[in-house]
Amino acid sequence: MADGILVKELRAWFGHTQVLRGIDVTMAPREVTAIIGPSGCGKSTFVRCINRMHEVVPGAGVEGCILVEGHDVYGEHVDPVQVRRRIGMVFQRPNPFPTMTIFDNVAAGLRLAGVRDRARLSEAVERALEQAALFDEVKDFLDRPGSGLSGGQQQRLCIARALAVQPEVLLMDEPCSALDPIATARIEELILELKRDLTVVIVTHNMQQAARVSESTGFFLLGELVEFGQTKTVFTNPRDKRTEDYITGRFG
Amino acid sequence: MKPRQRRLVNRLMSALSAVAAVATILPLLLIFGFLLYQGASAVNVEFFTQLPKPVGEVGGGMGNAIVGSLILVGMAAVLGVPLGVLTGVYLAQSRDTRLPWITRFLADVLNGVPSIVIGLFAYALLVLPMRRFSAVAGAAALAIIMLPIVARTSEEMVRLVPASLHEAALALGLPEWKVILRVVLPTARPGIITGVMVALARVAGETAPLLFTAFGNRFWHHGVDQPIAALPLQIFAYAIAPYDDWHRQAWAGALVLIVLVFVVSLTARLATGRRAGAMR
Repeated sequence: MADGILVKELRAWFGHTQVLRGIDVTMAPREVTAIIGPSGCGKSTFVRCINRMHEVVPGAGVEGCILVEGHDVYGEHVDPVQVRRRIGMVFQRPNPFPTMTIFDNVAAGLRLAGVRDRARLSEAVERALEQAALFDEVKDFLDRPGSGLSGGQQQRLCIARALAVQPEVLLMDEPCSALDPIATARIEELILELKRDLTVVIVTHNMQQAARVSESTGFFLLGELVEFGQTKTVFTNPRDKRTEDYITGRFG
Repeated sequence: MKPRQRRLVNRLMSALSAVAAVATILPLLLIFGFLLYQGASAVNVEFFTQLPKPVGEVGGGMGNAIVGSLILVGMAAVLGVPLGVLTGVYLAQSRDTRLPWITRFLADVLNGVPSIVIGLFAYALLVLPMRRFSAVAGAAALAIIMLPIVARTSEEMVRLVPASLHEAALALGLPEWKVILRVVLPTARPGIITGVMVALARVAGETAPLLFTAFGNRFWHHGVDQPIAALPLQIFAYAIAPYDDWHRQAWAGALVLIVLVFVVSLTARLATGRRAGAMR
């Protein structure tokens, strides 16, 4: 019960517009959960609520309860900064820090949190780059700017940057939508590796991708979680008519 | 429109915009050429190292005024740049809507206030209580002129930093202030430096606000609480004097001033141009 991500009665707003209408779901630890649904259905908002990034947007509001590995994310005395340290996030477009080298990008989370020990930093950077399957490609020029890498490498760099602080959960908001099929395949392999150590939630528009990488899938529509279950079941034998319409391409 | 006609119009408009471009830089070239013609002969080692000679004696230089200008502009930068950059960050990052709007509006108004009025303000604020003209008062006046320029350009540059970088840093578990200090500001740095240089170039040539604050001085400076020489003031004093030798020195002073500003701008451009591509 304490493990994984437990979401209860989650509601979220942008100003007066409600974008999440009461979400209840449990996501298993060390598994990949895919979130699918048409644009504007609240998928991104949902994952951004998990690491309290939703409230960063002016006018955004949130209500409800989220437990991550037993800790209440929205508890009264909980610091959002601490929450985000335990829950990493990868965004739609690769966004390495342009003023930093590859090494500094990966070290950023630790260094800016006060880690000064050079040996510890190198070790963490190497481990994170290995985990993100990027180390072999960049190990000889860690001091070059991160923005000089290809799109797919940049995205893996961003994954390494998120992994370097050793989060328990990794949220991925359409991490492959700006990448070509080969780079996408690499990231998918990587996701399968990552779930040995952490819980992954991935938002995707690509249903084949959801089917390939995830154990469970949630289908969002107009701010509601229409269906949640084993990925195989959701895609082959959905309970809800709307899910079936969506995955067979009849709308959305 | 027929193809031939279209090509003709295209050629005509291209020629027109080329003419307009030349017309825009022509005044600068003419000014520079005229200054070289009039002033180059008086620019020598003495000009940079010596004090002005008393009336009637030939020679001497504006060494004190050059040093004075550098001190004044340096002090103005120390006062104005941190305040201006921080204001810019506030304007760009604040979630509040009213106070930033008011600040922005007032900064634009301040930018339009004639510099002599700002000089009067520094006179009332510093010169009168201190009972003497001083470098501090002059630098304060220049800093006030710099403030809105630095603040507004910094704001624009901070705004240009993609929100995705801000979010990436927040999602790493960094507090807001560290995100701004370590990620947002370094990314905006080339643009901010350019803005600072523009402001410095602007105040380096200001004369009016220094008339009754820094006041001018025919000797080397004796501390920041004393009147201090400045190139624009010296140029003004020499230009209205009835001596041919002084006129030549005034031209030379103008030439040195414009070269100083040019060198500062160019250095800033070269130092920041290399990294400007990283912005996107």
